[in-house]
Amino acid sequence: MSNIDFSIADKILDSYGRKQSSLIAIMQDLQAEFHYLPQDILEYIAKGLDLSIAKVYGVATFYENFSLEPKGKYIIKICDGTACHVRKSIPILETLRKELGLSDKKHTTDDMMFTVETVSCLGACGLAPAVMVNDTVHGSMTPEKAIALLEEIKEEEEKNA
Amino acid sequence: MPKINSVTELNELRELAKKNLGLQKKKVLVCCGTGCVAGGSLIIYDRIKKACEEKGIDVCVELQHEPHENNIALKKSGCHGFCEMGPLLKIEPLGILYIKVKPDDCDEIIEKTILNDEVIDRLLYKLDGKTYQSQEEIPFYKKQTRLVLANCGQNDAEDILEYIAKGGYTAFEKALFNMTPDEICQEVELSKLRGRGGGGFPTARKWKQVQRQAEPVKYVVCNGDEGDPGAFMDRSIMEGDPHKMLEGMMIAGIATGASEGYIYVRAEYPLAVSRLNVAISKAREYGLLGENILGSDFSFDIHINKGAGAFVCGEGSALTASIEGSRGMPRVKPPRTVEKGLFGKPTVLNNVETFANVPLIISNGAEWYKGIGTENSPGTKAFALTGNVVNTGLIEVPMGTTLREVIFDIGGGIKNGKNFKAVQIGGPSGGCLCLLDEHLDLPMDFDSLKKVGAMIGSGGLVVMDDSTCMVEVSRFFMNFTQNESCGKCVPCREGTKRMLEILEKIVGGKGTVEDIEMLEELSDTISSTALCGLGKTASFPIQSTLRYFRDEYLAHVVDKKCPAGDCQALKNYYIDKDLCKGCSKCARNCPVNAISGEIKKPFVIDTEKCIKCGACVDNCAFKAVKEG
Repeated sequence: MSNIDFSIADKILDSYGRKQSSLIAIMQDLQAEFHYLPQDILEYIAKGLDLSIAKVYGVATFYENFSLEPKGKYIIKICDGTACHVRKSIPILETLRKELGLSDKKHTTDDMMFTVETVSCLGACGLAPAVMVNDTVHGSMTPEKAIALLEEIKEEEEKNA
Repeated sequence: MPKINSVTELNELRELAKKNLGLQKKKVLVCCGTGCVAGGSLIIYDRIKKACEEKGIDVCVELQHEPHENNIALKKSGCHGFCEMGPLLKIEPLGILYIKVKPDDCDEIIEKTILNDEVIDRLLYKLDGKTYQSQEEIPFYKKQTRLVLANCGQNDAEDILEYIAKGGYTAFEKALFNMTPDEICQEVELSKLRGRGGGGFPTARKWKQVQRQAEPVKYVVCNGDEGDPGAFMDRSIMEGDPHKMLEGMMIAGIATGASEGYIYVRAEYPLAVSRLNVAISKAREYGLLGENILGSDFSFDIHINKGAGAFVCGEGSALTASIEGSRGMPRVKPPRTVEKGLFGKPTVLNNVETFANVPLIISNGAEWYKGIGTENSPGTKAFALTGNVVNTGLIEVPMGTTLREVIFDIGGGIKNGKNFKAVQIGGPSGGCLCLLDEHLDLPMDFDSLKKVGAMIGSGGLVVMDDSTCMVEVSRFFMNFTQNESCGKCVPCREGTKRMLEILEKIVGGKGTVEDIEMLEELSDTISSTALCGLGKTASFPIQSTLRYFRDEYLAHVVDKKCPAGDCQALKNYYIDKDLCKGCSKCARNCPVNAISGEIKKPFVIDTEKCIKCGACVDNCAFKAVKEG
């Protein structure tokens, strides 16, 4: 077992009364803590809920939002819903990938700062094309604005460093 | 806050809230829907609050306290719908709507409008030389009938008392004390309310089937897993008027004998989740949810389950599987959800907008409801109007309104002076309609759209101009459906993959006429053999584009051209001899050495070698590289 703090997992498991039907909610809370679902945590959940590891792994891999790989501190989701697509969201994705040295295979920067991915729809279609950074939606984006947003985050990070 | 134990206490509370609402001299409503929040409306809210406090103006936020004299009420409202013009700010009772408000405008708004009733012309909506002061006069709103969305943008979305003051929970009270479960079902049946989630199934029929089940434990489930790309009606209702939907669920609980409800919301809607959480905890505090509500023997509680990013969970049996903590995969039916749904118990499963219609029907009666909309699809429908249209946003119109009225009168026509080409309606399960008058003048309701190969779906309307390639749109939807296929049944798992491959081949310039025939054959097979709605409707976007835009497919496979100029692989690049200065920058940046020439003389592109990456276009300082 690695150096994961399992007391957080216990706290979350207990807050749902260790109910098997709360598996998804438990994994969502744990992912919010760890930014991904480490294998040890998945095994710990299985034990804690008296479920097979296969079942837990099956659920974790079924849903798009769960990640078994570590993600960056800033998760940038480029909306590629229909409305954003017809208002040209792909150039924004390509610009961000180019800027951060990422591709459709590599989603997270080596310094674990940024993850760039697409999302089917953020429901912010009125502001298409939209981009979500962690929980904040930014509307009417362009490749230039996306770069500016990136610079803003980087500056903020340097200030806090 | 003390719990309300009877109808009398509820009415006392309503009177108090009404009185305090009436005492609020000015109401400043800052739109705090996802759209305007993204535009910075929360900063505007804080700025106004702070500035008012500094000026010694009493800002009241809560309705249970009587406001002081010279107060202003500052509210975070739900979505006004006019997202294109956000952030929006409305000032009542003056009825002024300010658009595109910036934090720096706040001081002026307080000084001039709030304190001195002066209008700031610069912040008003203008169109064709005319200035519009009030929301109702703006063409975008004029043709709408906002019933379900009536409170969105007008109320403080987090204040249960404002909802109660404006008649909220009277329908619930009526259903609980003055109607039997049969009478409730009967009223809903008479109203001909049909499911707003896409299928258009009669709501009362579901309720009656659940009511009939002998099993004592039953559930009410609200489907807020609005996964259709290009749709955000349900999000706006959950964010802007959550209590209306809760009230609808509670009435469904009385009608069917259920005592527990679940709301399944997409995790991509964090604001909706938080507003619903606030609404539910407030309703519990006041005793509108819980044991023995208003002193009756009816008990009901509601839980929230967040989705985890699987489109297929919008399907009934997949959604219930997901609430149970499993992989969201549809199962074979029967038994149907009304017999064996959540945790194997009889379950009423309706969409957010459907539930939000219920209090209106119970309060005003089925006859009133039938007076709106068309004969077989009464009521209104909320649509998310998006894409290449001037006024994007959330609209609500009576069923039977034509596409022409929606796109041109409300939507203001096509953006940037381009030409209208198509409208995609109903998301990945819907279809594309075109410029034909018979389409534009088609009354939109559940049945008429089916006849032309489209569907209302959940209500996403994505308008496309002539720079959009319809084959690429088909590829886009197939890519989406293929990604979201859960993999349980072969037709959908394999069929969508093969269709995507063919579409990629066509947009890549390598398609043949036989490919189009194969697409048609696969479409037929998948729609008749797939297990659930996702698979059955997966080919609808292809079928409708093949029907109305066949020429475009043929241009791709026969002439190897993309008429819209959208498909990268079918573009041809050439260098304009007159503009080229012969600097060689394009040749140096070409990854495949397809460009050659002599310095200071026009260069040429070898089209055989060219991979159409566009690097030359990006690098030319003289705009000499052209697409054609």
